[in-house]
Amino acid sequence: MTQAQVKYAGTAVADPMTPVLFEVGKIKRELSDTFTLELISQSGNPFSFKPGQFTMLYQFGVGEVPISISGDPLNPSKLTHTIRAVGKVTEAMMRLKKGDMVGVRGPFGTNWPVEAAEGSDVVIITGGVGLAPLRPAIYHLLANRKRYGNICIYYGARTPEDILFRKQLEKWRGRFDLKVEVTVDRALAGWNGRVGVVTKLLDLGGFDADQTVAMVCGPEVMMRFSVRALNELGVRNDSIYVSMERNMKCAVGFCGHCQYGSAFVCKDGPVFPFSDLEEIFDVREL
Amino acid sequence: MVKKTDLGPILEGHPFFDGMDEGARKLIVGCAKNAVFHDDDMVYKEGAAADTFYLIRHGSIALEVHTPAREPLVIETLSNGEILGWSWLVPPYRCRFDARAIGVVRAIAIDAKCLRGKCEKDHSLGYQFYKQFLPVISSRLGAARLQMIDMYGDPIAYAQKTQAVEKDTLPAKPTPGKVKKAKGKKS
Ligand SMILES: Cc1cc2nc3c(=O)[nH]c(=O)nc-3n(C[C@H](O)[C@H](O)[C@H](O)COP(=O)(O)OP(=O)(O)OC[C@H]3O[C@@H](n4cnc5c(N)ncnc54)[C@H](O)[C@@H]3O)c2cc1C
Ligand code: FES
Repeated sequence: MTQAQVKYAGTAVADPMTPVLFEVGKIKRELSDTFTLELISQSGNPFSFKPGQFTMLYQFGVGEVPISISGDPLNPSKLTHTIRAVGKVTEAMMRLKKGDMVGVRGPFGTNWPVEAAEGSDVVIITGGVGLAPLRPAIYHLLANRKRYGNICIYYGARTPEDILFRKQLEKWRGRFDLKVEVTVDRALAGWNGRVGVVTKLLDLGGFDADQTVAMVCGPEVMMRFSVRALNELGVRNDSIYVSMERNMKCAVGFCGHCQYGSAFVCKDGPVFPFSDLEEIFDVREL
Repeated sequence: MVKKTDLGPILEGHPFFDGMDEGARKLIVGCAKNAVFHDDDMVYKEGAAADTFYLIRHGSIALEVHTPAREPLVIETLSNGEILGWSWLVPPYRCRFDARAIGVVRAIAIDAKCLRGKCEKDHSLGYQFYKQFLPVISSRLGAARLQMIDMYGDPIAYAQKTQAVEKDTLPAKPTPGKVKKAKGKKS
């Protein structure tokens, strides 16, 4: 069993098939199509989770979707999700208001290898809304900063207007013990930041390939090219972790909806060491 | 503004020269000058003769495309340790984009016309140069293709573009008032 597959103590789910009621405490529009929900448990129990885990979020009368937790694992009194509205359920969720109720199952799945990475350099490569599932890992790394070597956060977005958690990225960028670089695919003149693909940020180095754990999250094509670029720099596949997305229903390994090769993304993932996927990652039919 | 100083040690430290033999490096020093650009300076304009290329030491340069009646679009930025300009290698030796400094930029300007002449005379030098430049060109091409697929864009548009998804397999948009009457039947 790899480190990413170790479940977090305290995240056991009493009845994984029954949604628990949460109230929308706050809703924040991040980008034109992306928003963050802060949910408060009606039971008053803290919601413990490990960075990288997800919940099944139920919008009553519309449907249920898997969404990664984007909040701080050290603050389990709030359950935070950052969601991009792409279809029926997520668009309905964008219309939620403070005080509305949603159902929550979970937390489910494997986590980013934040414990296994202790003593190593950590490089985080992420794009678009992929920063959201990695944010809990970043909170964890920063809360335990002395346990890690160099930490690099390399983030890519479509345009400057699509940069998620921009203020937070700027704040992290101001720290002396963190390398944060942002690039966009296109911009109008006047943008003074970088323009180019996210994989190019890896050329800036800042980590020792032999001693690095890489965490990658974003569109699959971005992850594919990021893994390739990391390999070219000498980072091994068993030190690279990716978070996968597949359609889900049960989230506990019963229904087979999320099957990916011989794995179920809901229980064997979503975070996988890339060495477990290298045979199937490029298979287009999966 | 372009200045002349002893550039040998500076060139040696630039990543572009990794793996290049000393003789070739010395030849290039003869064609090299220091260059400094200030914020918003045009380094070159699209269509200009590609007679100089630059090794960026510090700072960023934006490559821009101008289209009439629209703001210039930045397609790439280049920074420390990168090379600006490879059009000098390919006829008709004209710059393909505008290049504009973002903040203060220190670079080494290489007289490409002079270097082209040297490469023409000494083919092994020419071969070395192409060997240094080809990986740069190839990785820029790879990056440009990735940018083109718009991987963070609207997932529906993305699916249509990358997976050749048929339009009618995507969620239908309601079109009120456009219901076709069945032929031959009276309503
Ligand atoms: C483990 C896991 C964690 C996830 N975490 C997050 C998260 O933190 N934030 C977030 O916004 N989303 C996340 N997702 C994706 C999210 O579950 C889907 O976007 C959601 O299920 C779409 O449901 P819908 O009913 O709104 O859209 P649908 O009506 O089901 O789909 C509408 C359109 O969007 C496309 N689409 C659906 N899902 C995706 C996707 N994942 N990527 C690209 N296109 C898609 C479909 O092909 C379709 O064309 C996660 C998925 C998984 C499996
Ligand atoms: S969602 Fe049912 S098996 Fe994974």
